[in-house]
Amino acid sequence: MSESLLQFKNVSKSYYGNRVLTDINFDVKKGEIHALIGENGAGKSTLMNILFGMPVITSTGGYEGEVLIDGKLINFKSPHEAMYAGIGMVHQEFMLIPGYTITENIKINREITSPNIVSRVFGKRLETLDMVQMNNDARKALDKLDMGIDEFIMVAGLPVGHMQFVEIAREIDKTGIKILVFDEPTAVLTESEAKNLLAAVRRLADKGIGIIFISHRLDEIVNVADRVTVLRDGELVVTKDIGDTDAVEIASLMIGRKVAIDRVQSDTRKISDEVFLNIKDLHVAMPGEMVKGIDIEVRKGEIVGIGGLAGQGKLGIANGIMGTYPSRGDITFNGKPMKLNDPHSAIASGIGFVSEDRKGVGLLLNESIELNIVFTAMQVGNRFLKKKGPFRFQDDSGLRKHALKMIKDLDIRCESPLQHAGSLSGGNQQKVCVARALTQDPVFLFVSEPTRGIDIGAKKLILDLLLKLNEEHGMTIVMTSSELAELRSICDRIIIICEGRVEGVLPPDASDAEFGLMMSGSRIKKGKDSSGGRAPNV
Amino acid sequence: MSETNGNGNNLLQNSRSLFGNIGLPTAIIAAFWLFTLVVGHFVGISMSTLVSDTIKRAGMNGILVLAMVPAIQSGTGPNFALPIGIVCGLFGLVCSIEMDMMGMGWLLASFSIAIPLAAFVGFIYGKLMNAVKGSEMTIATYTGFSIVALMCLAWLMIPFRNPKMGWFIGKGLRETIQLDAVGAAQILNNFLMFKMGEVIIPTGLLLTFGFFSALVWLFFRSKSGIAISAGGINPKFAQAAGLDIDRNRIFANVISTILGATGIIVYSQSYGYAQLYTAPLMMAFPAVAAILIGGATASRAKVSHVIVGVVLFQGLLTTALPVANEVFAGTDLSEIMRMIIQNGIILYALTQVKRGVQ
Repeated sequence: MSESLLQFKNVSKSYYGNRVLTDINFDVKKGEIHALIGENGAGKSTLMNILFGMPVITSTGGYEGEVLIDGKLINFKSPHEAMYAGIGMVHQEFMLIPGYTITENIKINREITSPNIVSRVFGKRLETLDMVQMNNDARKALDKLDMGIDEFIMVAGLPVGHMQFVEIAREIDKTGIKILVFDEPTAVLTESEAKNLLAAVRRLADKGIGIIFISHRLDEIVNVADRVTVLRDGELVVTKDIGDTDAVEIASLMIGRKVAIDRVQSDTRKISDEVFLNIKDLHVAMPGEMVKGIDIEVRKGEIVGIGGLAGQGKLGIANGIMGTYPSRGDITFNGKPMKLNDPHSAIASGIGFVSEDRKGVGLLLNESIELNIVFTAMQVGNRFLKKKGPFRFQDDSGLRKHALKMIKDLDIRCESPLQHAGSLSGGNQQKVCVARALTQDPVFLFVSEPTRGIDIGAKKLILDLLLKLNEEHGMTIVMTSSELAELRSICDRIIIICEGRVEGVLPPDASDAEFGLMMSGSRIKKGKDSSGGRAPNV
Repeated sequence: MSETNGNGNNLLQNSRSLFGNIGLPTAIIAAFWLFTLVVGHFVGISMSTLVSDTIKRAGMNGILVLAMVPAIQSGTGPNFALPIGIVCGLFGLVCSIEMDMMGMGWLLASFSIAIPLAAFVGFIYGKLMNAVKGSEMTIATYTGFSIVALMCLAWLMIPFRNPKMGWFIGKGLRETIQLDAVGAAQILNNFLMFKMGEVIIPTGLLLTFGFFSALVWLFFRSKSGIAISAGGINPKFAQAAGLDIDRNRIFANVISTILGATGIIVYSQSYGYAQLYTAPLMMAFPAVAAILIGGATASRAKVSHVIVGVVLFQGLLTTALPVANEVFAGTDLSEIMRMIIQNGIILYALTQVKRGVQ
């Protein structure tokens, strides 16, 4: 196990002056499963993009440092070159053609052909497919994975677990495959499917293939990997042999303390015992953020944080309740049952929503700041309108007055209320979104990813604003965020969502390891057996 | 605080919007129009006739172009199914003749039959548009074609009896119905008409166009109008704000269809003839071209775009025709030029759709 198959030496990468990877030293040995772990945005994808020579890297000025395969310096210009050099990737979302058979999917674009009359005249592209040979190859690849299914079955209709294997079979069928990258391969699999897959990964490693295993499931990593590398904020925190560490340590390394948390709590805050919003068995069909049965109680005057890794469903909750994505469940708000899938009634009942998709859902970019601020209040609350005959026109002066007040109160940096919202900086755009939500006079506020894509100073302003709303106006706030640090800085308690369900609730001062473990869905502490697979969901 | 919006950035924005106010197609067509006017002057074509014709044609096409605004604003794109509204208008118009109405009475009766009908048909059309989200423009074009074909049968089969519009032998309506017969030819044009030097100003026609323009402009400043626009700019935003986008889209298409129906009645009285059968088939295209020339995109349109567009487009057509006939005597180049300009503009505008939406 001493030969290094793949080596990254002092690799750094920045996008437009924004450093995303700093001095990464990382290597994969022959026959080794090397796990790569980190929060969203830690730099895993960038590292893999560099390995595969993705256009996103080359078109933004390449990278610094060296990448070596078998001791030879490489610099792939395209994924195609990477493929020829023996690097393969198994994607999280399957890239298979449903209407083709397994063989055809495995052999796509690498078909085995034999010449015929037409091809002799018109060239190689018209040669006959050698199905027998192709089936044999596919069979061999499937056998390597211990897959009993027939190679001539259509991919459409296969269980998800099998599709994943077809994808792997395609990679290992490529001759000379040396390094195989698994990107969250078990994310969509059931537990038993995942187990089979991990066994197959082990077998592949035993055949001498170097494996990079990207996952956020700590227990899987502990079970299957030989070594683990933790990335955080584009830096390599540590590389350890799996025997020298455990899930708890990996979890706390992954989270780390990014920003010093200074919680300032005033004594004037009142949290009543009254349950303000009661969510029971909420399901939301938000693509990429599916919510699969969540129970949450929010008390009046609370600031509740919702955290978790991307794609686990935390963003689906607010969107489901506000009716922007189809949902079902029993929601009681302010003592009354709430109608789902009806944004109008949700807003009318006094819930404000600041969407995570600021530019998509949050703003009319080419319209004025003032229209953006009053839009919802005008349309739902019939405010800022003047009645004239059959028409109700916007009340320009009332609207302007309110906009100016909001601009002053929230300190929105702009030239005039008529400036287009799209020309503001991220932080100020966010303030406009908050201003619109506040203009509805809500008693309850959903805020999703309030600091996404805005600079640190503006982040603090937004968080302070939320805290002020809570303290001075008793506003109940549910804040969803990918940034644990900001949740910990203002929330009273933090609900961690994993795989569409509530994984647990933590106080803001819980340890890094607790957060890390919970976010990755591993409940090691509960049982003594740390290799006992994933904990049942709550 | 480090949060400032750099002044340079805003200057850039301003200069861009200054240039953006007069879009490239608008500028090209305007320049081309001026060029034909100059050429026309040198080959000895009467400028006053050209200007009079331009004003008249802009006025008579104006409301048809106006029909594009609600459809574009609601996010269904230019109303390529304008023939739907047009056949509603034509139906109202022939019914009114059938009832033996004359003059102003004929005009009002035509409106009052056509508008409810157009509202109903527009509602169904709006539902169709909601069912085919993502390919509205293609579906709309063929819906327009289909309805024209269907109405060809209707014009033949509906048992109208008034001899003013029947064939001399056989059943069915004539292809072209003279409105002289009901005392309604140019009835709006002649209202308060006056001459400025040699230039004829069809006051009534312009007032009608102005009235409908003002109505549409006002509508888009009202609560419903703002809601419709928001749904068109950013459906996700509108949905999150609790708007019923589908209902708004239907509403917008009802308005568009009504404007189409009204527009063809105004058009016909100015032309002096009502044209049935396949005449409405291609009528959506000049209207689409006009609003796009005026500076609208397939996703954003204003009343000002209508006015600028219809004057430029019709102006160019009225001028190019006699000028081309003089310059290329003996050829029918003007019609070919009209096709090139009209379809070229539509093509150009449709390639810009994505950019318009940002």
